[in-house]
Amino acid sequence: MKAGQATTAVIGGGLHGLACALALVQRGQDVVLFERSWIGRRASGATAAGVRTLWRDPAEIALSLEALERWYRMDALVGDDCGFRAGGQIKVAESHAEMEALAARSARTRDLGFHHEELIDPRELRRLAPMISEHCVGGLIARRDGAADPHRTIAAFRGAAEGYGAVIREGISVMALEPDAGGWRVVTDAGNWSVRHVVNAAGAWGGQVCRMVGEAIRFGYKASMVFVTERVQQAFGPVFSTVGRPLSFKQSSQGTLVVGGGIQGWADLEKGSTQVDFRALARGAAAAQTLFPAIRNVQIVRAWTGLEGKTPDLLPVIGPSARAPGVFHTFGFSGHGFELVPLVGEIIADCIMHGRSHYDIGAFDVARLLV
Amino acid sequence: MLKPDLLIVGAGPAGMSAAIVAARAGLKVVVVDEQPTPGGQIWRGVEANAGTSRGRALGAQYCSGLATVRAFRECGAVYWPSTRVWQIEPTLGTYVTGPGGTRVITPRLVLIATGAQERPAPLRGWTLAGVMTVGAAQILLKNPGSVPSEAVWIAGCGPLALLYAHQLVRMGGAVAGFLDTRPSTPLRESLRLAGRAVLRSSGELAKGASWYAELRHRAGRYVPGVVDLQALGTDRLEGVRYRTAAGRVEEIRTSLLLIHEGVLPELHTVRSLGCEIQWDAGQAAYRPVLNEWGECSHPDILIAGDAAGIGGAEAAVHRGRLSALRILQRLGKVAAEPGMTEENCRTALARALALRPFLDRVFRPRGEIFAPDDDTIVCRCEELRVRDLRAALAGSVGPNQLKAFTRAGMGPCQGRQCGLTVAALIAAAEGRQMSDVQPFRVRPPLKPVRLCDLAGLADEGLSS
Ligand SMILES: Cc1cc2nc3c(=O)[nH]c(=O)nc-3n(C[C@H](O)[C@@H](O)[C@H](O)COP(=O)(O)OP(=O)(O)OC[C@H]3O[C@@H](n4cnc5c(N)ncnc54)[C@H](O)[C@@H]3O)c2cc1C
Ligand SMILES: Cc1cc2nc3c(=O)[nH]c(=O)nc-3n(C[C@H](O)[C@H](O)[C@H](O)COP(=O)(O)OP(=O)(O)OC[C@H]3O[C@@H](n4cnc5c(N)ncnc54)[C@H](O)[C@@H]3O)c2cc1C
Repeated sequence: MKAGQATTAVIGGGLHGLACALALVQRGQDVVLFERSWIGRRASGATAAGVRTLWRDPAEIALSLEALERWYRMDALVGDDCGFRAGGQIKVAESHAEMEALAARSARTRDLGFHHEELIDPRELRRLAPMISEHCVGGLIARRDGAADPHRTIAAFRGAAEGYGAVIREGISVMALEPDAGGWRVVTDAGNWSVRHVVNAAGAWGGQVCRMVGEAIRFGYKASMVFVTERVQQAFGPVFSTVGRPLSFKQSSQGTLVVGGGIQGWADLEKGSTQVDFRALARGAAAAQTLFPAIRNVQIVRAWTGLEGKTPDLLPVIGPSARAPGVFHTFGFSGHGFELVPLVGEIIADCIMHGRSHYDIGAFDVARLLV
Repeated sequence: MLKPDLLIVGAGPAGMSAAIVAARAGLKVVVVDEQPTPGGQIWRGVEANAGTSRGRALGAQYCSGLATVRAFRECGAVYWPSTRVWQIEPTLGTYVTGPGGTRVITPRLVLIATGAQERPAPLRGWTLAGVMTVGAAQILLKNPGSVPSEAVWIAGCGPLALLYAHQLVRMGGAVAGFLDTRPSTPLRESLRLAGRAVLRSSGELAKGASWYAELRHRAGRYVPGVVDLQALGTDRLEGVRYRTAAGRVEEIRTSLLLIHEGVLPELHTVRSLGCEIQWDAGQAAYRPVLNEWGECSHPDILIAGDAAGIGGAEAAVHRGRLSALRILQRLGKVAAEPGMTEENCRTALARALALRPFLDRVFRPRGEIFAPDDDTIVCRCEELRVRDLRAALAGSVGPNQLKAFTRAGMGPCQGRQCGLTVAALIAAAEGRQMSDVQPFRVRPPLKPVRLCDLAGLADEGLSS
């Protein structure tokens, strides 16, 4: 690869940027990836790393199931299983009204032709989660779901991409994109690059990159929080969420408990700074304690806030730009993009190299967000 | 009470002294400390011990704390003992958990007076049962007054190790041996650093010298210039191996080893707020960047006492008072006590700090501490060895990525035990100076908090 030249420039060194870079270099392209701080610094390093097809927006279900298959063959894809463990994901009902909501959801997804979600009764719930509180009446489970280790995943995707020859530049910000003969000039704070294609994998800053090519969109951000406890004796196999409370609860492979659930902290997008709001996070702790009273004395040792892009319909932006030929988007995963990582890079690579993907990505078209 | 003028974290010499000045001047002051009684490290338990034989054995400087503690009790500041601060937001929202549950305090100003921590001194076998720090052993002396039944081995360097040996002997304990890890410094160079302070501080120097003399006399063995220190044993401590100044490798049998390599400012609180810190080469430690009042890069936070840089208890008192005077100035009040002036405090502080460069030089930690051998555990919580970190370092950059990839610093101690060693390993691997390396970012909570204590805050939100 000549200095300052590549076939494709990827903006953003989160998991989606890495996955795109990997898919492209595997298909023989020269790829340079720019990351403003360091690889995995943002959502991808902050993630709770749930691998979840359960309770997805109907528009995302097909993609998520396809991505899930790849989690089972991660080793072949990136040389490491990324710590993926398939303990299942369960949405717990705490009342009969909630159980009815789960049943209605289950009927709807079956009507759409999907069979990955299954209603379970109290007895099966207790078999899977012996420590769950008495008042829980059942749940909806996706048995093949699970969770992975985010840092192993980052390391594996990075290693695989670099192994195939991707050039990763950390500590470099893309400042502007200018049309150039047959492609784009990528203006960074450390020199310019000439490329044919640009991938916008800038996460919470995806909207800013859109603006660089004259594409103003409706776009916000999330500042989701997570806390982690000391290691505990008990074993929790599945990942738990509830119908009525903000909660996502799992045990890491180290034995610590990881609790989140989309509860929002504070963030400043311009400065890139985030802050934990413990008053809000207290609701997650209360929910965890209500579901599993036995863990009430466990010590919380770390908490953090991660920044991630959010669209009005909570669906990601995947596919070509509506206005700028040669620019492709993969951002705005709205709090649930980890599971999709092994698939979306391939989709973008196909869009770039063949002009289309054989998956239906119509629902993720950026055109829906243009102002 | 939840909206005081001033919140002080720490009821040691610095925090108490500041509280007395501020409360007497009419400010609403809340003081929070995780210990059950006031006094901080040096005067731990002084109310119970002063006037007893234990108090006498602990010494005059220890007992002198009683006057400050009494004045503190009476000054009008609200004091919450057994209460830990586990989060301070940049807007000063401060989360505390104690006997009254979990509360959020929103003061106008915060004074951080959290003191020092012992310098983590990684050596092979330091995680074995039977190895503990001198500081931890001294806490036992001060509290239940428990004197180890067998003679102890002490290894290390620093005034606290000497003081402990002195106090232990006076309480009827015995020192089996003292492995002095202090690198030999030419006395003349060190004395030159002390300069004229030597004359003014001759009493202090004489005291130190007498502790040394006593040690040489009373300890079963005294071995100077020890390096390559190693704790031996499989499940618990069985012995200690070390190299003498003459290069001879020796081994002793013992089931108890006390280690100590000096103290460092407690920086977790300060760093969690993003306040600027700098490397202090003289003290071989990071310290906050402060002005002469203890004001830091956060406009509404001040730092006093050993948390501001190691200066000892006497300096902590005067730094606490100076910060309080500044706070009074900022909130439009004046000190109630005659003589409580900036000038007097500065003069006293200068005197208290005069001997510091000499002490820093004499007790400068040996280089080994910053470059332990490959087998040594660095991160105790995750049981990571130097080897693991060096391997990861070959690929990644900076402490935060190292943390992500190795889990170093992610355990319950939150990097307090490994942060400095990791920074030193990074500096060495990349040929950089400690001043160019930033230690781990600090994630809240500052101290572990029980799930139910955090959950309690949600109930409070509902009821209010
Ligand atoms: C283990 C140890 C033992 C020592 N013993 C001696 C001694 O015997 N003699 C001597 O001259 N020097 C001793 N020192 C040195 C010590 O630093 C003194 O110089 C002096 O106590 C410093 O006063 P200070 O007010 O700055 O801090 P300290 O006296 O350390 O007081 C700080 C206080 O802050 C509290 N605190 C810290 N963090 C929090 C939090 N998050 N929430 C609530 N409370 C908090 C602590 O409980 C403590 O009481 C010791 C140091 C250590 C680390
Ligand atoms: C706390 C938390 C918990 C989560 N839990 C889950 C979960 O359990 N399951 C799940 O599926 N998903 C979860 N998610 C969501 C998931 O982590 C994200 O969807 C995913 O990581 C997004 O990856 P990304 O590559 O799009 O974004 P990021 O990882 O944020 O990467 C974008 C990168 O672009 C860089 N960048 C931006 N602008 C520029 C520029 N101009 N120049 C150079 N670089 C730039 C940024 O620095 C950043 O590193 C969670 C997210 C958070 C925050």
